Amino acid sequence: MKTITELGCDARNESEILVTRVDALLNWCRKNSLWPMPMGLACCAIELMGTAASRYDISRFGAEVMRFSPRQSDVMVVAGTVTYKMALALKRIYDQMAVPKYVVAMGACASSGGMYRSYSVLQGVDRVVPVDVYVAGCPPRPEALLDALMKLQDKVAREPVIATQKRVA
Amino acid sequence: MPAIDQARKLKSAFGDAVSEPLEFRGEITLVIADPQRVAEICGFARRELGFDYLVDLCSVDLEGEVPRFFVVYELYSYAHRCHLRLKTGLPEEAPELPTVTPLWATANWHEREVYDLMGIRFRGHPDLRRILMWEGYPHHPLRKEFPLAGKPTEVPEVAFTQAAPQEGGPFVTQSGGPDATAREPRANVREEP
Repeated sequence: MKTITELGCDARNESEILVTRVDALLNWCRKNSLWPMPMGLACCAIELMGTAASRYDISRFGAEVMRFSPRQSDVMVVAGTVTYKMALALKRIYDQMAVPKYVVAMGACASSGGMYRSYSVLQGVDRVVPVDVYVAGCPPRPEALLDALMKLQDKVAREPVIATQKRVA
Repeated sequence: MPAIDQARKLKSAFGDAVSEPLEFRGEITLVIADPQRVAEICGFARRELGFDYLVDLCSVDLEGEVPRFFVVYELYSYAHRCHLRLKTGLPEEAPELPTVTPLWATANWHEREVYDLMGIRFRGHPDLRRILMWEGYPHHPLRKEFPLAGKPTEVPEVAFTQAAPQEGGPFVTQSGGPDATAREPRANVREEP
C-alpha cells in the first residue's frame, strides 16, 4: 500500500486548495506535536534537559511540551537506568498513556542495561514496554536525541490511521 | 571528651555485655556480646554519653564464620566531637535484633536497607518493608552466596527479575601492573578443561 507522507500546499499556485489523504493530514499533525513524557531516571535526564533548553531547542520539532502526566503525553523518553523496582512504575505510567504512544530508549542503560550487569537493573526497557527508537550513547548528545525524535517523526508519518480506527456499531 | 573515655564509661556501665574498647588508627570499636541488648546499650550511648548522631548503620556477611553476620553502628557526638563504633554478631539461624529507630530516626531507612539486602530483621521497627528491591522479591542480594548477576524470579502479577548477562565479568582492575594498559579491567576468561 502506498502511503502519502508528503503534504504540501503552495497558496499561490493551488488557489488555496489542499489535496491530500486524511492519513497524511492526521500524521502531519501528530508528528509535529509529539509531547514527551520525561522519564528521567539518571544522568541521561540532564542531556534531555539540555535538549529541551534554548541551545538545542526541541521545540523546533514541536516536542517542547514536557508533560509530567501520562494522560497528556505521546512519547515516553526513558532517560536513564531502569531498576526492577522502577520498572513497575514505568510500566504503569506507560499503560496510562493514551494511544497512539511511543517510547524512546535513551542511552545505553535504557536500551540494554548498560554497564549495570546487576541483579537490580532491568536489562533493557524493551523487556517491559515496546520501544520505537533506541539512542546509543552514555549519555547521548542532545543531537542524538533530536535525531531519534526525527526518526520517530518519520515513523509516525508512515503509520496508517483510518484503517486502524475501530468502527462503532 | 575523647572517644576512649566515652567507651570506658560504656564499658563500666555494662560490664561483660560489651568488650574492652578496641583502638585501631584512632577509631574506637566496642563489640556487644548479646545482640538482644543493642537497643538498651545504644540508648545509654544516646542519652548518657551524648551520641546524638547515628552516622551509619550497616551489616557485614562473614560467610563460613560464627557468628555469620555483624551489624555495625557508627555513632557521632556533636557535643564531644568524637566517633564511636558499636558492633554485634548475629547467628545465621536467627538474624534478628531490636530496632534503634526510637533513638535515632535515621535508623528507620538504614534498618530497612539492611533487612532488604541482608535479611536481618529488626524487632519493633515501625515499617520494616524492603527499600531498594520490590516488595515480594524472594532473595537478599548482598549475602555472599547470592550471585552478582542475580537470580531469575517471577512473582505473577507483581514483577520479575532475570539474571543479568556477565559476558566474562565482573571486570576487576589489576593492581600493580607496569602501566595503565596492564591494569585495565579484563574479562575473566574461563579456562576449558
